[in-house]
Amino acid sequence: MAKITFITRENETITTEAAAGTIMELGVRQGVRGIDGDCGGVCSCATCHVHVAPEYMAIVGPPGDIESDMLELNDNVTEYSRLGCQVQITEDLDGLVLHVAR
Amino acid sequence: MDNYSDKASTFPDPFGLARETRGFGEVEDQNDPVLMLLRLKDVRKTARDWQSFRSGVTPGRIVVPSEVSIRQTRQIPFEMDPPEHTEYRALLESWFRRPQQPDYQIALAGLVSELIKSVVQKGTVEVVSELALRLQSQALTLLLNVPLAEAETWIGWGTHVFRSEGEALDSQKASILYDYIDQQIDKALQQPGEDLYSVLLASRAQGRTLTREEVSGVMILTFAGGRDTVINAITNSIAYLAEHPHQLERLRREPETAGKAVEELIRYFSPLTHMGRVAATDTEVCSHAVRADSRVSLCWASANRDASTFENPNEVVLDRALNPHVGFGFGHHNCLGATHARLVLKTLLTTLASRVSTMEIHEYEENNEDWGEFRRKVGFHRIQVKFNPLQQNN
Ligand code: HEM
Ligand code: FES
Repeated sequence: MAKITFITRENETITTEAAAGTIMELGVRQGVRGIDGDCGGVCSCATCHVHVAPEYMAIVGPPGDIESDMLELNDNVTEYSRLGCQVQITEDLDGLVLHVAR
Repeated sequence: MDNYSDKASTFPDPFGLARETRGFGEVEDQNDPVLMLLRLKDVRKTARDWQSFRSGVTPGRIVVPSEVSIRQTRQIPFEMDPPEHTEYRALLESWFRRPQQPDYQIALAGLVSELIKSVVQKGTVEVVSELALRLQSQALTLLLNVPLAEAETWIGWGTHVFRSEGEALDSQKASILYDYIDQQIDKALQQPGEDLYSVLLASRAQGRTLTREEVSGVMILTFAGGRDTVINAITNSIAYLAEHPHQLERLRREPETAGKAVEELIRYFSPLTHMGRVAATDTEVCSHAVRADSRVSLCWASANRDASTFENPNEVVLDRALNPHVGFGFGHHNCLGATHARLVLKTLLTTLASRVSTMEIHEYEENNEDWGEFRRKVGFHRIQVKFNPLQQNN
C-alpha cells in the first residue's frame, strides 16, 4: 500500500491509499477535482496533469518521450510535471504528494 | 461512384508523402488559400500558439471550406481566442461533462440498446441513415437535456444539415437549423426549463447575461460540430468490426478494452480532417513563411498517422496503450463534445459485443473529401450491413 495525497487547485487535500493502478485512475476514483482522465489513460488528453512535490520527483521519475511531447508548450508545465495516467502506483510512492495542475 | 480503398474499413493515409517530405500541403478555397500542417509536432505547436494563430477572426473563416459568405453568427467558444475563449469555455465545461454521470450513462445505454435491438430484428439496414443518424440524434437529446421526441425533427433533416457533400455550405439547409434554433430559444425564453438553451440564456459572461446571438452561436456549434463527426465515427466503427470479427469477439471477452478501442478508432478515422487558424503576423511554420492574415490548418487526420510518434500508424491496434492522438483537437479548443462522443462510441462497442455475433457488409459508397492534391476517405454515403444476432442473448 502507498499513501498518496492530492492537493487540488482549490487547495482541498485528499489523502488516500492504493496498491496498484495509475495516479490518474486513483484520482478519478477518489473524485479529485481537476483529474478527469478523459482519454482513459492513453496519453492523449492531459486532463490528468499533476505537479509532483519536488522531493518525490526522483522516485516518480521523469516523463517518457511521448508524455514529454504532450506536456511541451503546456502553459502550466514545470520540471515537476507528470501525466497521472503514465505513473504506476507502487509501494515506493508511499507518502507521495501531488498538486493538480491548472 | 467509385470506392477507392480495397476494403470498407480501410482508410488510407493520403498525406504520408507530403508529411514526410515537405510537412505541409496547399489547398485553394474561394481565393483564401490554406496551408495545411501535416506533422503532429507542428499541429500541436500551432494549436497552442493562439497569439500567432487566431480563431477569433471573421466568423466562418477558420472553417475549410470557408463559411464567411454564408454566415455571420460567431460560433462560441470555437471562434474566439483567450481571454474571451477562456471565460465562455468555462461556462460550458461542466454542462458538457454531464456524460460522466451515472444517470446519463444509463439513459444512453437504454437508447443504444433499443437501436441495436431494432437493427438486429430488421437484419439488414443502411447504417448511415437507419442507425448512425438515429443514434447521433437521440444521444444529442441527452446532451441538450430535451425530450427524446426532438430527435425525430433532427433525423428528418437528413445527414447534411450543414454541409452538402464536402462542398461549400448549403445555405438553404443551414437556414433550417438557424430557424429551428431561433424557435427553440423563443420557447426557452417564454418557458425556461432545464435544457441547454435555458441554461445558456441564464448564464453570464463579460459581466452581463449572454445575448441571444451568443446563445445561438453556442447551439449552432453544438449541432454542427457533433453531427457528421459522430455519424462517421459510428458508421466507420461498425465497418471496422464487421470486417474484423475477432475484434468484436475480443470486446465481448474483454469489455474493459472498449475505452482504448474508442481512442484508437478516433485516431484512425479522424472524423474531423482539419481546422483552420489565421496568422496574426508574418511568421513561419515548418520552415515555411506564412503571411499575416493568411490561413493555415491543423490537419488532425494527418498528424494522427505521423510515424515519428505512432508505431504502425496505418494499422488499427485496438488496444494501443500510448495513443497521443489529436482526433479531438489539442490545447484550449479541444473538443467540448468529446466526453459525450466517447461515451456514445464506447456504449455502441459494448452493446454490439453483447448483442451481435457478426456483421456482414453488403454494398457501400464511400464518402471522400478532396483537399487540393489530397483525396481523403472520411466515411460512407451509405453502407448496407447485415447484423447477425448473438444466440444466447435474445
Ligand atoms: C467523434 C466526434 C467528434 C470529433 C472527432 C470532434 C473533433 C473536434 C476537434 C478536432 C475540435 C477542435 C477544433 C479546433 O481546434 O478548432 C473540436 C472542437 C469542438 N467540438 Fe468536437 N468533435 C466531435 C464531436 C463533438 C460533439 C458531439 C460536440 C457537441 C455536441 C462537439 C462540439 C465541439 C465544440 C463546441 C468544439 C469547440 C471547442 C472550443 O473551441 O473550445 N464535438 N471537435
Ligand atoms: S488520462 Fe488522458 S492523458 Fe492521462
